[in-house]
Amino acid sequence: MSLNDLFTEIILDHYQHPHNHGLIPNPTYSSRGFNESCGDDVQVSVLIKNGIIADARFSGAGCSISQASASIMTDLVKGKSIEEAKKLASRFYDMVKGTEGEYGEEMGDAISLQGVAKFPVRVKCATLGWHTLEEAFAKNDGPNSSEETK
Amino acid sequence: MRSDIKNDFPIFANWREKGKPLIYLDSAATTQKPARVIDAVSEYYSRYNANVHRGTYELSQLATDLYENSRTAVARFINAERAESIVFTRNATESLNLIAYAWGLNNLKKGDEVILSDMEHHSNLVPWHIISRHTGAVLKFIRMNSDFQLDLQSLKDNIGPRTKVVSVVHVSNVLGTINPVKEICRLAHEAGAIAIVDGAQSAPHMPVDVREIGCDFYALSGHKMCGPTGIGALYARYELLERMEPFLGGGEMINEVFPTTSNYAKPPYKFEAGTPNIAGAVGLKAAVEYLEAVGLKEVEEHEIALGDYAARRLAEIEGVRIFRPKTTGTGVVSFTVENVHPHDISTILDSEGVAIRAGHHCAQPLMRKLQVQSTARASFYIYNDKSDVEVLASALEKGIALFRPRKKADVTK
Ligand SMILES: Cc1ncc(COP(=O)(O)O)c(C=O)c1O
Repeated sequence: MSLNDLFTEIILDHYQHPHNHGLIPNPTYSSRGFNESCGDDVQVSVLIKNGIIADARFSGAGCSISQASASIMTDLVKGKSIEEAKKLASRFYDMVKGTEGEYGEEMGDAISLQGVAKFPVRVKCATLGWHTLEEAFAKNDGPNSSEETK
Repeated sequence: MRSDIKNDFPIFANWREKGKPLIYLDSAATTQKPARVIDAVSEYYSRYNANVHRGTYELSQLATDLYENSRTAVARFINAERAESIVFTRNATESLNLIAYAWGLNNLKKGDEVILSDMEHHSNLVPWHIISRHTGAVLKFIRMNSDFQLDLQSLKDNIGPRTKVVSVVHVSNVLGTINPVKEICRLAHEAGAIAIVDGAQSAPHMPVDVREIGCDFYALSGHKMCGPTGIGALYARYELLERMEPFLGGGEMINEVFPTTSNYAKPPYKFEAGTPNIAGAVGLKAAVEYLEAVGLKEVEEHEIALGDYAARRLAEIEGVRIFRPKTTGTGVVSFTVENVHPHDISTILDSEGVAIRAGHHCAQPLMRKLQVQSTARASFYIYNDKSDVEVLASALEKGIALFRPRKKADVTK
């Protein structure tokens, strides 16, 4: 296991210069996730328009893997439906847990997190943003959740 | 310290054979075990295994003797006045919970005050949160100053007739600070409060004399002092144990049981419900004897010297910030590195065979005081030496280079 498999240039770039950083003022869904053992903290908010994720942002603090993964995730889910985003999340979990399979274009920059599979203790960091996104979707008390199909 | 002391701990040779020498710098979490302890546990199971205090046959008597001999050894180790002052528990956490439930729940009432400190481990915080919810007792805190030491003035300012408990950590598992527990216990007693010392990080690392400290209770964990996991101890002044209600009920802790009532055995048995960790106690006795043979004074000097050295060496690295008092530190060195998260530091060091801890170290309130989310922590023990510090420092330098700040990539989305 080489460190360069984990801390790839793409990861370090997202970590040091995160995309979509901040919070959406009136999100359709939002949630906050913690990684108890190491203190990673990620807040995710999304805005749905016409059934499509129009905006996704995150904020928080934590290790390079958790923050880069959340940054990549917000890039990836924009323009997708909730169902598509959930499918992508499940593909992502498979990838970082080392499940055999073809992980291609659809994974975008997330492909650079493939190396996490070789560092089992870091899987939780990589999945934190995605789990938090799914938790946000699962909550029915989002401020505008009834409007999501408009 | 003997230069061949690593050979007492089989795990190091086993990893060397695997081609991956282990640089173990996480002894504040749990220490490695000497062969003597491992063998004692194994020998117990292969020669003496039986339940204690109930068998009416020779084997059970042998097991009981071994178990009770361990109590005597632990009492000697911390200079308790009598063996019956030692209650076996699972670990320091259980010892502290035992006090909170068996003493706190029955003696605290609304408006009473419990004084803790800014540098407590969750195991000396959460039990008091629970007890204060039940009783209405109020929690107060001895403050920490900018040199990571407790400010006794803040204790003097807060202690008073309502103070019923003062409970503090002897040595901080994050900062390594050795707290002035003797003075704290004196102030507690002056105010009529009981004094509790969390000794999880002192018993393994320095000579401890509970009578010299003057505490009413002292908690320790076997696994942090070369012993097996799952065995710990609570020292208590015997009169207090006699006046306390039991913690857990069941076998071994009773005298007589009727359908609706029961009366209890004498302490310490009153607090040891159910079949205890006999093998653990046997292992703990071997650990105590091992540390006594090494010499606790020598352990302490070795650790402080290594801690001082590591703190100096790491401070030379750009971006490293050390959280350790100037004069009262031990072999615990917490640090952060600018632009590199502690969890990433830990992974980087792990790839070089160096095991350290990264996180909040079960001390979230302290992390907030330090205004960090987490720290990296190297903690040294008898089997570490300066060469381990060198490996740590150079691995850290490598990691910092990997994380050097980059310009924003040209292709951004
Ligand atoms: C200061 C302190 N107190 C209490 C504990 C709790 O020890 P255990 O987990 O063995 O119960 C620890 C262990 O990390 C500690 O460092």
